[in-house]
Amino acid sequence: MIAADVLELSAAQAADAIAAGSLSAGELFEAYRARAGADHAAGEDGLNCFTWVADDAPAQHADAPASVPLAGVPLAVKDLFCTEGVPSQSGSLILEGYEPPYTASVVRRLQSAGARLLAKTNQDEFAMGSSNENSAYGAVRNPWDRERVPGGSSGGSAAAVAAGLAPWALGTDTGGSIRQPAALCGIVGMKPTYGSVSRYGMIAFASSLDQAGPLTRDVRDAALLLSHMVGHDPCDATSLSFPHAIERPSAERLDGVRLGVPAELTGEGIEAGVLDAFRAALAHAEQLGAQISDVELPHAPHALSAYYVIAPAEASSNLARFDGVRYGLRAENPSDLLDMYTRTRHDGFGAEVKRRIMLGTYALSSGYYDAYYGRAQRVRTKIADDFRTAFEHVDLILTPTAPTVAFKLGEKTADPLAMYLNDFCTVPMSLAGIPAISIPCGLSAGLPVGLQIAGPAFSENRVLDAAYALEQSLGFDGTAARV
Amino acid sequence: MRATVIGRDEVLHVARLARLALAEDEIEPMARELSAVLDHVARIGELDLDGVAPTSHVVGDAMPTHPALRPDEPRPCLAREVALAQAPAVADGGFLVPSPQA
Repeated sequence: MIAADVLELSAAQAADAIAAGSLSAGELFEAYRARAGADHAAGEDGLNCFTWVADDAPAQHADAPASVPLAGVPLAVKDLFCTEGVPSQSGSLILEGYEPPYTASVVRRLQSAGARLLAKTNQDEFAMGSSNENSAYGAVRNPWDRERVPGGSSGGSAAAVAAGLAPWALGTDTGGSIRQPAALCGIVGMKPTYGSVSRYGMIAFASSLDQAGPLTRDVRDAALLLSHMVGHDPCDATSLSFPHAIERPSAERLDGVRLGVPAELTGEGIEAGVLDAFRAALAHAEQLGAQISDVELPHAPHALSAYYVIAPAEASSNLARFDGVRYGLRAENPSDLLDMYTRTRHDGFGAEVKRRIMLGTYALSSGYYDAYYGRAQRVRTKIADDFRTAFEHVDLILTPTAPTVAFKLGEKTADPLAMYLNDFCTVPMSLAGIPAISIPCGLSAGLPVGLQIAGPAFSENRVLDAAYALEQSLGFDGTAARV
Repeated sequence: MRATVIGRDEVLHVARLARLALAEDEIEPMARELSAVLDHVARIGELDLDGVAPTSHVVGDAMPTHPALRPDEPRPCLAREVALAQAPAVADGGFLVPSPQA
């Protein structure tokens, strides 16, 4: 196979070709390494997807690539996953050059299944952001339009996959950080049920919400990658045994599948072009035999408020560890211990991270705890209850993934609240801990629109099957401009 | 609802709690931005939440779970030199920090 053809293969096709002996894992790795390396070397003139790219194909799986399910297919990994001996900076200056002494469980699991570490991807600092403009290592550009954001916080992963710089990538999703960039870059992104993937070795943002998931070119790749990610890990007490195997999706029809459309997330605040593409996708679903009905999520409009209390509160606690003592940056010439803490954190954290630490500290502080954090946790209960009730009537819930298509770089950086509204449709599922996928469902003004499909806890196979059937029917051409 | 107003003193108080130094020119924007976000999130104050239990975590609250606690048994851990390898300052096999009171 010549190099250009190799890059057209989905990750699953590439793995099959390697297993069949028609493609060499080493050649595949080199083809991607050259592309990713060129983007990395181009700096601001490229997409700035990567914070690190492998010099050579890792040797550990090269001997018998066909004997493992992922067959040596290269994998790009979001910067916040710890990778032993490889910079893992979570997009932050405070961890510049940090090389962890161990590798995150989910990355190890994928490496054991045959994935090879191609690159680490740029991200919003500590996964806080919806545009990837909060990275200490520069903004990522959207391959569909270089003047626009790729979404965030897994913006580097999404842009790399959309531009064909990596066959697939790992991301993390706390309030939409896989699904929203997948939507804005025209690819597939899935947040699994909370607890299904180990968080051990993921540099934490908000521990009750953070989940790792795949960013891929198509739904089958998402299923394949996820199938090798899930499972209990003794190192993460919140990780669960996934109750069944993640299957290869194959549904061609949606006969008898009950799809719910919540008015609360499909009306006010959603751009007209996004709603048009969403409604067109609903028409496809109906043609495939699905029954579509209205469903109520009465507390969903309050999810964003609850999220922007809970996530910063957890972040303010998680990020207390960055104090200049054990790793990372330390401010120069501290006068005493407190001076070292406070100046290290001032110098090392970016504006958005400081804002969230302040917000979370305020919400947890004496006198405000009940009014903010306590109430937000009760809202979270109501949101989970809403979904439980809705899933008594429908199998899956459909919404747009993001209220808008990719916006211009710099357009929302001056207004944090406007940026937070990007997460309007994705945050409710995060608070409820349920799985949700974003698949591209069309274009608006020449830019991709994402369709979100959510299901009850552990319904990943049903979500993936519906996503696959719709993907085939929609026929979205995911080949963004290959840079 | 009354607009939330976070003033300079409150910003400095919270920054002290967060162990975060703020430059003079960061204080006013922080006050303004925190006020705007808190104004938005204060909408949850409108909801009737009497008798609603809080959810701190979906695992355990709503999903099948493993025993959260493992047996408390010694396990292998990082070697000292590995744990110290990324430290900004090291002395006598430990992390070196400035005195709490210089």
